[in-house]
Amino acid sequence: MNRYTVAVLVRNQFGVLNRVTSMFRRRQFNISALTVSETESSEFSRITVVFDGEEAYKQQLVNQLYKLPDVCSIKEFTADNSISCELLLIKMKNDPATREEIRTAAEAFGAVTVDYSKDSVMLRLASDSRKIDDFINLMRDYKLLEICRTGSVSLEKGSTTIRQTINL
Amino acid sequence: MLLSGADILVKVLIEQGCDTVFGYPGGQILNVYDSLYTHQTQINHILTAHEQGAAHAADGYARTTGKVGVVISTSGPGATNLVTGIATAYLDSIPMVAICGNVPTTQIGSDSFQEIDITGVTLPITKHNYFVGSVEDLADTVREAFMLAKSGRPGPVLIDIPKDVQIAKCEYEPQPPVQAEAPRAAKDIRIEEAAKHINAAKRPYIYFGGGLITANAQDEMLALAEKIDAPIGCSLMGLSGVPTDHPRFLGMQGMHGHYASSMAMHNADLIISLGVRFNDRVTGNRAKFATGAKIVHIDVDGSELSKTVNAVCGLRGDVKLTLQKLLPMLKEDQKPDWIQKVDNFRKEENDYLDNRDGLTPRSAILTLNKHLGENTAVATDVGQHQMWSAQNLSFKAPRRFVSSGGLGTMGFGLGAAIGAAFGTKERSVLVTGDGSFGMCLNELATAVSYNVPVVILILNNGVLGMVRQWQTLFFDKHYSNTVLNRKTDFVSLARSFGADGEAVSTKEELDAALAKAFNADGPYIIDCKIDKDEFVLPMLPPGGSMDDIIVKVGTV
Repeated sequence: MNRYTVAVLVRNQFGVLNRVTSMFRRRQFNISALTVSETESSEFSRITVVFDGEEAYKQQLVNQLYKLPDVCSIKEFTADNSISCELLLIKMKNDPATREEIRTAAEAFGAVTVDYSKDSVMLRLASDSRKIDDFINLMRDYKLLEICRTGSVSLEKGSTTIRQTINL
Repeated sequence: MLLSGADILVKVLIEQGCDTVFGYPGGQILNVYDSLYTHQTQINHILTAHEQGAAHAADGYARTTGKVGVVISTSGPGATNLVTGIATAYLDSIPMVAICGNVPTTQIGSDSFQEIDITGVTLPITKHNYFVGSVEDLADTVREAFMLAKSGRPGPVLIDIPKDVQIAKCEYEPQPPVQAEAPRAAKDIRIEEAAKHINAAKRPYIYFGGGLITANAQDEMLALAEKIDAPIGCSLMGLSGVPTDHPRFLGMQGMHGHYASSMAMHNADLIISLGVRFNDRVTGNRAKFATGAKIVHIDVDGSELSKTVNAVCGLRGDVKLTLQKLLPMLKEDQKPDWIQKVDNFRKEENDYLDNRDGLTPRSAILTLNKHLGENTAVATDVGQHQMWSAQNLSFKAPRRFVSSGGLGTMGFGLGAAIGAAFGTKERSVLVTGDGSFGMCLNELATAVSYNVPVVILILNNGVLGMVRQWQTLFFDKHYSNTVLNRKTDFVSLARSFGADGEAVSTKEELDAALAKAFNADGPYIIDCKIDKDEFVLPMLPPGGSMDDIIVKVGTV
């Protein structure tokens, strides 16, 4: 079992997310993380999917995705060839006994306080998925109220772009 | 000119060269039917008894002509009734455009009467589908749908058109018919690689499927076979791709394939695969499938390469163009030892053949062969009769075997045979079983209404034969829900629909009945009684390999 990060550039039309994720469902892949957004061109949307699976099945999935008329380009990312980033919002109980420890941990990870009240504190951390996992694990030692994290967004290092490979 | 959406749709259909459509009207597609009424001299609409029959008819029309089959239905149940027909076309890569009405855009999503999210329903069984939200998009959407349906690996495309889009008006500019994407040969480097493997092969076997017929690459394949001295076999979908009596042709291979064809594939050192997808009915146990063979695989759909079995060389490209580039790179070669070995397989097969006297499934099909014209299309349903047909029918021209290979749709045959008759403008044949025929026999009404000459041969054994065969072999003869013993009198049934027919119980009666049927004015049913315990042989048990092949009933 390997973890894969795949970016799919699609025509920006309604239902297109459904078409792409339906392909994962049909091949019984469980999606770990998913982000969708418009791109530098309003013609295209970009879907970034993180999932676990076997190499042969992953390749079959990518081959099938290429056949969707709405899919313009696909890029697979590895830690070596790309930068990936994810966003975390985490809400902690604001307990005077642990306030200082939480603040120190947040500082060490580079998390920022974005909301503060007598009973709660909300932190924001933008980082790679692993570091976010670590930070959440650390926060579990305190009174964690709620978390919300986005899926991964990824871009290839260097000057090549996903749109340059639109040629199917 | 300023036209309504309904008129634009019909004009674009005519623009695409579409002269025959199949369908069934209803509330949300009324405007389109009104437009079909005003254009009836240019486009012929065939009204079926059920939308499923219309979809199968459009499919049969497409299979026999190579053109895009068109089916039209209303919203809701009309649209869902198409689903089995669309899925059948999808699994067999048949070009089809399905057009559905829907409730007005203002009512979409409110669970209106006869509203269904048909683009959602058909997402996994279409190449693509469209919900047309405004009349301005309609003409180009229909054009794109035709282009997609017939490009690359063909398949069904669905267009959902809300009623208000059919009514709304906009400017329509006629355009020439869309062309399929220009076919491309595989990459040169891959073709060179394939040539090396082929030139090194001592026991090559050419294996083709429906993709060869779609690519119209029969001549190139036969040239390949001659040049490298290879035998040829095919999948179910490949049948009629080469004349059955071609000396190099061993027939269909696989679960119920010809013994010689399966054995040659099993003993080959190279399988040259053209437009196939190595379905489980083809390979059996994949771990034991043709273990001594490398696979060179040419397919227009790259996702088929190494999907189920690993190809040593996968070539994504048009089969015809790729073969044209490949042929000059191959050295001419004679392989007497290999051919001798293949001939021995044929001799063994001849010993296994069912040559019993009297009326048997095989003798029934061989009797039918005597009546087939060069151009006669034969449709089947699904089950034992389908396999007996696949094994024993004799074809002269491609696109004349019309059978649901991938989905295995019982009830496909009658609609498909009607579509095939319209496609070939000739009498067509349906070989069916009493089980399959019972599923969609309502289309007999269509055949009678339009006076479609269809010879319907029912191999009637009173049971669901193929399932029974599995129950005999693998379920201790527990014949759970496979004994029909219905009281249906198919001859009376034919008459009640306004057709004619007769029952036969000997080979001579069958021969005489076929002679009558092939001269009948309209559909003619032959109720041909066969024994309930006839087997389709040879048989590779599911998940088995060539070591497990069952060739004779005595060996069961």
